[in-house]
Amino acid sequence: MISLAHYLIVGAVLFCLSVAGIFINRKNVIVLLMCIELMLLAVNLNFIAFSHFLGNLTGQVFVFFILTVAAAESAIGLAILVVLFRNRSSINVEDLDEMRG
Amino acid sequence: MFQQIIFYWFALAAIFAGAMVITVRNPVHAALFLVLAFFSSAGLWLMLEAEFLAIALVLVYVGAVMVLFLFVVMMLDINIAVLREGFARYLPIAAVVALMMFGAIGYVVGPRYFGLDAAPSPAPAAASYSNTEAIGKVLYTDYVLPFEAAAVILLVAIVAAIALTHRGTRQSKAPRPERQVQVRRADRVRLIKMDAERGG
Repeated sequence: MISLAHYLIVGAVLFCLSVAGIFINRKNVIVLLMCIELMLLAVNLNFIAFSHFLGNLTGQVFVFFILTVAAAESAIGLAILVVLFRNRSSINVEDLDEMRG
Repeated sequence: MFQQIIFYWFALAAIFAGAMVITVRNPVHAALFLVLAFFSSAGLWLMLEAEFLAIALVLVYVGAVMVLFLFVVMMLDINIAVLREGFARYLPIAAVVALMMFGAIGYVVGPRYFGLDAAPSPAPAAASYSNTEAIGKVLYTDYVLPFEAAAVILLVAIVAAIALTHRGTRQSKAPRPERQVQVRRADRVRLIKMDAERGG
């Protein structure tokens, strides 16, 4: 039988993969956004697994809201990316040093 | 046994797709592998009897968000070679951080605390049980205020995305009558004096 731990481990692997992806793709904003999506997916898997094994629907409702917020986040992120590319002709994170941060 | 085969199939597909998303060169391929990750996660969610969310994931993410990603990736003319700089340099530290993190998380969520004895598998839902109906009942009663807030968030996202990417007023070539009627002679005609040229 498949236990709760199986699902949690899959979620943990996906989460760690996306953290590693943020490290190794730190110049490409598009892949960074994709890594954030992957991270949210891993978290959602945890929520749904707990919801199923504890017999509580609240976890699924929470995933519903996370999906909503993530969709809004990626839409705004991509809009910023398009404006950025229009102004700078580049999406390299290294080029974004106007604020001297 | 059959359940386990399906679980491992979807889990391995999701992990493989996740690994490819962060390592492939081409952002278009990364987006397509992300689609595969979403599909296999939707399969896992189906096994967890979250049918509504599994379908919503495929419809909203694969159907809308990933199409948006592909749109943007193909619209921008990106120099991949520049963006790949530092890939090998940061690979070791990324691996170390990811492994340490997985060690920590795996120690907590492993079979020791969340195995079958600690969290027994619930009985499968009856055939007449509707996951969509159950979620709808909770969503429109207990969580109606957060639901409205989510709607407002989506509205804000629409307004923000359009406001950011809108290119201002359209540069059309149609004449503007309100400015045409205000034109005076001095704006358009300039009389100059110059000597007549001698014929030769």
